[in-house]
Amino acid sequence: MSKTTDQPDQDRRAFIGKAAGAVAAATLAPGVFLHGVAGVEYRQEPVTDKVRWGMLVDSNKCADGCTACVDACNHENGLDLLEKPEGLSDDMWDQQIPKWIRKVTVKDKLSGRESNLPMLCQHCEHPPCVDVCPTGASFRRADGIVMVDRHTCIGCRYCMMACPYKARSFVHEVVEHKPTISPRGKGCVESCTFCVHRLDRGETTTACQDACSQAGHKAIVFGDLNDPSSEVSQALKQYPSRQVRADLKLNTGVRYSGV
Amino acid sequence: MYGSEVKIRLLLAAVLAGAWALAGAAPDEDWRQGNSKAAGLEHCVRSTDYMRRNHMELIEHERTETVHHGVRIESKSLAGCIKCHVQYDAAAKPIPINSEEQFCDMCHEYAAVTLDCFQCHATVPTPETDYGARAGEGDKQ
Repeated sequence: MSKTTDQPDQDRRAFIGKAAGAVAAATLAPGVFLHGVAGVEYRQEPVTDKVRWGMLVDSNKCADGCTACVDACNHENGLDLLEKPEGLSDDMWDQQIPKWIRKVTVKDKLSGRESNLPMLCQHCEHPPCVDVCPTGASFRRADGIVMVDRHTCIGCRYCMMACPYKARSFVHEVVEHKPTISPRGKGCVESCTFCVHRLDRGETTTACQDACSQAGHKAIVFGDLNDPSSEVSQALKQYPSRQVRADLKLNTGVRYSGV
Repeated sequence: MYGSEVKIRLLLAAVLAGAWALAGAAPDEDWRQGNSKAAGLEHCVRSTDYMRRNHMELIEHERTETVHHGVRIESKSLAGCIKCHVQYDAAAKPIPINSEEQFCDMCHEYAAVTLDCFQCHATVPTPETDYGARAGEGDKQ
């Protein structure tokens, strides 16, 4: 994204002018001005593909009627701050309000066995949403997280059509409450980010995972799929699991067992 | 004849000087007014001159670093800008940075340049550790 600027060349001006010394000294401020929060390890270097974040959901442990993960996600990412626009019916609002996690019940018609599972962005290795995006706003980060760059999203919603998991939502109205970690505005698509704001601060859990553990179910295991010793890799090795719509060969980052 | 030319020249000089003074009347002294953290610092991540003209280039470049590469350190995030430049009212509540006479608005109003950042971004700092915690009314634009 190279860009030209209509600003005059300040360096040249400064060189000519008296301010040369002052400007040169001030060009790169010493680290003393870069204040950080004590004890927080923000990522300093760009993410690499050494890590691939992934998740294993054990649907046997996922309780019927429990919405701990959904509530935690909504709270964490500011989705519960969205207000119903005037004149919109509850039914329409329920269809429109962004949902990053949906609790889904699937039933095997033959045996009648039902399983509960949280359905969220599967963070595919080959994401259809990225394939169809006309602006490059939908992208896959090096560490496997599929995200939307709202700066370039034009709100065409092709990605929502392309996603086999119905994981993406569209923000229809002007947003009043905007917490720092979840910028959100009218006309952009969004979906689960694996709590990327946490991962980029060195934390290794997601809000849904924490909530599920706190509720005593421990159905969600999250971690680095590339690290054979991580909890999620160990769990995947130990238990049989499957990808939803494995036939599409998307190599999803979210796997389910007990379905 | 010469007299009138001198008069014209003087007038021109006066007009130019006036224009210069007007240009200099940009929010020069009060750019770090109030009780923002920035007010106590000598300059931003670059020199004031540089920031004034090129902050948008920095912000645009760094949004790619933040969103695509995950580098969210304060010097590279808009949240960092806001945290440092925001002012607080008598009740120690942060004042939205784009509201009238606040840091962003001051120059953008003067230069008549619309800014779109805050259609999506928070205008006041909100808690960084307890992500779900709310800043209350302060985050309402």
